[in-house]
Amino acid sequence: MTIPLTVNSTTHQIDLPGDVPLLWVLRDEIGLTGTKFGCGVSACGACTVHIDGEAVRACQVALRDVWGEVTTIEAMGTPGAMSILQQAWVDHQVAQCGYCQSGQIMQAAALLAETPRPGDADIDAAMEGNLCRCGTYPRIRAAIHAAAAKMSEV
Amino acid sequence: MSRLGTIARRSFLIGSAAIAGGVAFGVWKLNQPLANPLQPGPGEAALNPFIFIDGSGVTIITPKAEMGQGVQTTLAALAAEELDLDWEQVRVLHGPPAAAYYNSVMLGNVLPFKDYAMSDFQHRLAEEVGRFGKVVGLQITGGSTSMTDGFVRLREAGATARETLKLAASAQLNVAPASLRTESGQVIAPDGTAIRYEDLAEAAAQIDPPKVTLRDPSHWRYIGQSMPRLDQVAKATGTATFGIDVRMEGQRFATLRMNPNLGGGMVSYDATRAEAMPGVEKIIDLGNGIAVVARNTWLAFRAAEAVEITWQSAPYPPEQAQMWEAIEASFADAPNSTMRDDGDTTNGIAGATEVTAEYRVPFLAHATMEPMNAAALYTGEALQIACGNQVPTLVQSHCAEAVGLEPEQVSVETTFLGGGFGRRGEYDYAVYAARVAKEMPGTPIQVTWTREEDMGHDFYRPAAIGRFRGAVQDGRAVMLDGQIAGPSVTASAMPRLTGMQAAGPDRVLVEGAYDQPYAIPNYRIRGHITDLGLPIGFWRSVGASVNGFLHECFLDEMAHVAGRDPLDFRLEMMRSEHAPSAGCLEKVAEMSGWTGQTPEGIGRGVGFTYSFGTPVAQVVEVAQTDSGIRIARAWIACDVGLALDPEIVKAQMVSGLVYGLSAAVMGEITFAGGAVEQQNFWDYDALRMHTMPQVEVAVLEANGHMGGAGEPGTPPSMPALANALYDLTGTRARELPLNRSFDFVV
Repeated sequence: MTIPLTVNSTTHQIDLPGDVPLLWVLRDEIGLTGTKFGCGVSACGACTVHIDGEAVRACQVALRDVWGEVTTIEAMGTPGAMSILQQAWVDHQVAQCGYCQSGQIMQAAALLAETPRPGDADIDAAMEGNLCRCGTYPRIRAAIHAAAAKMSEV
Repeated sequence: MSRLGTIARRSFLIGSAAIAGGVAFGVWKLNQPLANPLQPGPGEAALNPFIFIDGSGVTIITPKAEMGQGVQTTLAALAAEELDLDWEQVRVLHGPPAAAYYNSVMLGNVLPFKDYAMSDFQHRLAEEVGRFGKVVGLQITGGSTSMTDGFVRLREAGATARETLKLAASAQLNVAPASLRTESGQVIAPDGTAIRYEDLAEAAAQIDPPKVTLRDPSHWRYIGQSMPRLDQVAKATGTATFGIDVRMEGQRFATLRMNPNLGGGMVSYDATRAEAMPGVEKIIDLGNGIAVVARNTWLAFRAAEAVEITWQSAPYPPEQAQMWEAIEASFADAPNSTMRDDGDTTNGIAGATEVTAEYRVPFLAHATMEPMNAAALYTGEALQIACGNQVPTLVQSHCAEAVGLEPEQVSVETTFLGGGFGRRGEYDYAVYAARVAKEMPGTPIQVTWTREEDMGHDFYRPAAIGRFRGAVQDGRAVMLDGQIAGPSVTASAMPRLTGMQAAGPDRVLVEGAYDQPYAIPNYRIRGHITDLGLPIGFWRSVGASVNGFLHECFLDEMAHVAGRDPLDFRLEMMRSEHAPSAGCLEKVAEMSGWTGQTPEGIGRGVGFTYSFGTPVAQVVEVAQTDSGIRIARAWIACDVGLALDPEIVKAQMVSGLVYGLSAAVMGEITFAGGAVEQQNFWDYDALRMHTMPQVEVAVLEANGHMGGAGEPGTPPSMPALANALYDLTGTRARELPLNRSFDFVV
């Protein structure tokens, strides 16, 4: 028996046990590798995706429990057509190794959806679950502020 | 004899006769050109190992791995500078494993000189020894050497390609080469005729490259500028391919469960229950653990946990306390090295005040964001490996040996690295993948470690104890005698990297302590090696990550006893010894508005370390808040001699600082029952958005030689923080991590 899963507006019939975490369905079954595995225990945020717009850790949501439409980094924009937030990331040259950045961007996008002009305290609260071993936090903060300003113009 | 064997045999010449016996052999060998590993097809040309041209344009092949340090961008800028490419035309690829991509600098750094005090002759000698990298084909990204290694080579590659393309155009247009110029990836004739490089490439490949002279720095367009990094768009859109993202047709997903008693084997295992679990395809006996192959990584993780395994015990003292005892005991042994021995440190100095202190630093894990992994496909005649790694030639030779193939039968694709920090200078993850793939010929396998497996099977930064005694008189340091004891990275890593045992004085054990630019008349640094039998390795800034803390905390204690401002105390000893280092201290004092006074509830500390050719001074500020101590601000002044890309240098300095502060606050690997106790980020964490200080960086260019950027930001951060905490609280913590002694904001 398969389980239906809607990711980035496409519905897939997934033939995996229902307790497989969403992360591993995305990466190994659907082939969406932009969402990263970092810890498996919700301690690093590298696997952050949206379910119905809410930022969640894909390593902690079982396939059978996915309650809505899943959005991954691949649907936020493409190299040729980046979102405002992604463009801000590039403008601020945020990434170093880059491994955590998909999760950082997904978390930041959820923050901006809820709080269009976040202050530093809002950024601290929203982003503290997303670990970056390269220490790119100051540039992440600057990119979020810049994207917020840009989005408020349009 | 396998290539591995050849490397091992040749390596003897480097290790045991680094200077005396080796140069003659090296020079002879160096005069032979290395084969170009790029094999162009029809319509393509590889003008040298670094420049590849096909119908769609120019690709610059970088011999160094992109692990976040921006190396591909800067190496490409060096080649593009001479080749006259527009920045939008620049494309890069990681080079395959090949001798042509040898690291020309890293081996030179084994010489026991103090970098800041090296004469030109010593620099030339280091360059000579560095060229042994060519002899052994040591292709390695590490030691903060990429820019010094690539600075000339990549520019020469670009210039040679440019001049060869001009010769090709000259023949085609029947005009003198000197009348041609190059711009935007084209050769342009006096009459305005423009020919694209891609249309000249095949003809150019038939022409012997001419000798070239490099452009004067006054003509540089890219070098010295902050270029848009070439990896940013891919990394902001989830389209950058890391090792863990490699996907091949029909791929299966696997994981490992290895003996947590590192180096121990397996007594027995029972996989009955695991074999019946969903999606499981095969369970493989690896001798010191098992691999589970499944249709999904998580199904493999779960099945691996269900295998019942009886492990052999560890070949080292199983408890942390025993390890500390072993390190303490090694102080009684004759020192392995005395790399600094100025004046007289054994007799007391009349009228001087003695200071003594003992410090301890723990084992540390690398904890790269991307857990260890590799993809492999074995077909019987060939092996394909894809992974993020810092050592492609070693990955190739060791994987070949593991599956019984020749290195020529093994291809290695280096992907982006989701963090390296020294961990991916090992090749264990690739060898395991090769061994798993060999058990399933024809099926591509991606082997991904769990975070717990990664944390528990690292090559750790060694623990160490420092015993320091010093004397101050009239406000100055008149004697400093430091002893450092701990396991030797060199002794552990040399057999893995070169196939030979390390011998002689170990520079790495004492780097960051013996080579600091302070004029102290009586000054001695000794190293004592503890042989624990535990796998340890290169951790960002290596020996300096230990010794920067020991040395700079002790100098702070001496300054306090001398009744001096800790920054002035250092500066006074540094000005006469090395002006660019003093320049960093002066700059960081200016940036931070250092007065030596801090208001109630605020503490400031200074730290300085000269490592990897770059002096770095840092001031860290801490603040007492209702929820604990917060690291509020930090200032960094570094002198890299020549900043090829200032923004990338700044980013590396901040990154190095955070890596060091994270370790200083909370980093600790401990052993119990032979196994590492820490498992995941919940018990091996790092600074995060809300605990990150505001940081300012100044990049100076007064030092006489180009230095590294990836590592030198790490060592001074730890003592700067500890010294700031002393300023805040009056408590001198002599043991890391600091959260054992202080309550931080968490």
